[in-house]
Amino acid sequence: MPEIPSEKVLKVTPLTEAHVALGARMVEFAGYDMPVQYAEGVLKEHLWTREHAGLFDVSHMGQARLRGADPLAAFEMLTPGDYRGLKPGRQRYSMLLNAEGGIVDDLMAARPDDDGLFVVVNGACKDHDYRLMAAALAGQAEIERLEDRALIALQGPEAAAALKVHVPEVATMAFMDARTLKGFGVDLIVSRSGYTGEDGYEISIPRHAAVSVWNTLLADERVKPIGLGARDSLRLEAGLPLYGHDLDEGVSPIEADLGFAIARRRREAGDFPGAARILRELSNGPARVRVGLKVLEGAPAREGAEITGEDGAVVGRVTSGGFSPSLRQGLALGFVPPLLSDPGTKLKVVVRGKPQACEVTKTPFVAHRYVRQL
Amino acid sequence: MRFTKDHEWVELDGDVATVGITAYAAEQLGDVVFVETPEVGRQVKAGDSFAVVESVKAASDVYAPISGEVIEANTGLSEAPETVNATPEAGGWFARLKVANAAEVEALMDRAGYEAYLATL
Repeated sequence: MPEIPSEKVLKVTPLTEAHVALGARMVEFAGYDMPVQYAEGVLKEHLWTREHAGLFDVSHMGQARLRGADPLAAFEMLTPGDYRGLKPGRQRYSMLLNAEGGIVDDLMAARPDDDGLFVVVNGACKDHDYRLMAAALAGQAEIERLEDRALIALQGPEAAAALKVHVPEVATMAFMDARTLKGFGVDLIVSRSGYTGEDGYEISIPRHAAVSVWNTLLADERVKPIGLGARDSLRLEAGLPLYGHDLDEGVSPIEADLGFAIARRRREAGDFPGAARILRELSNGPARVRVGLKVLEGAPAREGAEITGEDGAVVGRVTSGGFSPSLRQGLALGFVPPLLSDPGTKLKVVVRGKPQACEVTKTPFVAHRYVRQL
Repeated sequence: MRFTKDHEWVELDGDVATVGITAYAAEQLGDVVFVETPEVGRQVKAGDSFAVVESVKAASDVYAPISGEVIEANTGLSEAPETVNATPEAGGWFARLKVANAAEVEALMDRAGYEAYLATL
């Protein structure tokens, strides 16, 4: 009898073989076979990125173009951002909202050139996102999935120096600039952004050139490959929420402390999905709000851990958390009532039945080092 | 030294067994950042979860390989959890047990048996 494989077939990225060749430990993530760590391990990879430059394969994320007569106006039907005001060469963080004001996904959308909007969404959400965008914008805009492109991120204080050797123009970009550039002999879509809190770039590459670009960057002694394990601990230290954990369809942008993404013009017009709830929460305050927590004793608090007051009453739950390699203590994100959300508020997190002291802390836990001005 | 399929090791000296996790387990976990050792005086049965080891990514239970009373815990691991990666089968020990039944130790795999088991994974 033929052997029936018990594991589901995972999708691969253009770089999967390169990860295996580097000795990566591979895991399933968003349906893809992805590197969780390389030979050096999560701690060293994390600290290397904070000190030098880390190279990440994020090709599982969805890359798409939104085109139409007025793609910026069309995109505003789904998001609360000021995309009509987005200048050429700029990128903006936003989110897809449902009619109840819950977050369907968070995303980046940019104008790197004249070809509509370039949109990057989360890998685990992308199929759903594209269906939603196509249905909601039918007749006004079309979404094209860019399945023939890889996406990598180069992050850390030495990222700019390492990338400008090959693509000199990136040195003239500031945080959240996005451009279509020639580099490594191919057409790139580059943004100066990322999800580690460090300076750095995300680089979209034609599939056929992905391995060559990856290996060329790794040949620089400032650059090492970094897995998803360190990507998660870096974004946690940076206080950045993770979709599917800190954000989901029940969480509003106001609860998630992402109110900056609700543009003033859009607030005044109230013309985005879920505006009734979001505007109400903006004026009256939400029932719960996302905060950062520093765990002051004991084990790291992870997703699902209860948050209690000092009296032991449950007030919320950790939505993501773990050990911070930079601060050498447990950090977490979670939701608590606004009355308990001021930095310095003493709370407890319950880990394996034990209440442990923690403190509400302003995020980012580790300062962002974005290059906003050249 | 004897070994379990859950990747714990036991070293018996008289009626006191020192217990830890194997080099293979430490390698699989990656960087250990937190260890919760059992309380002295606790009675454990073989197979009970009696300690927790955490990497950056996740928490994992450590099971008592044999039954007995915890008489000492390696409290040094709370300050230096990385010892579990550096010397898992020596300085990275978790606890010492007063053994209830030495035959439980004898029934575990020897090193050759454990290595043969690892080869099947």
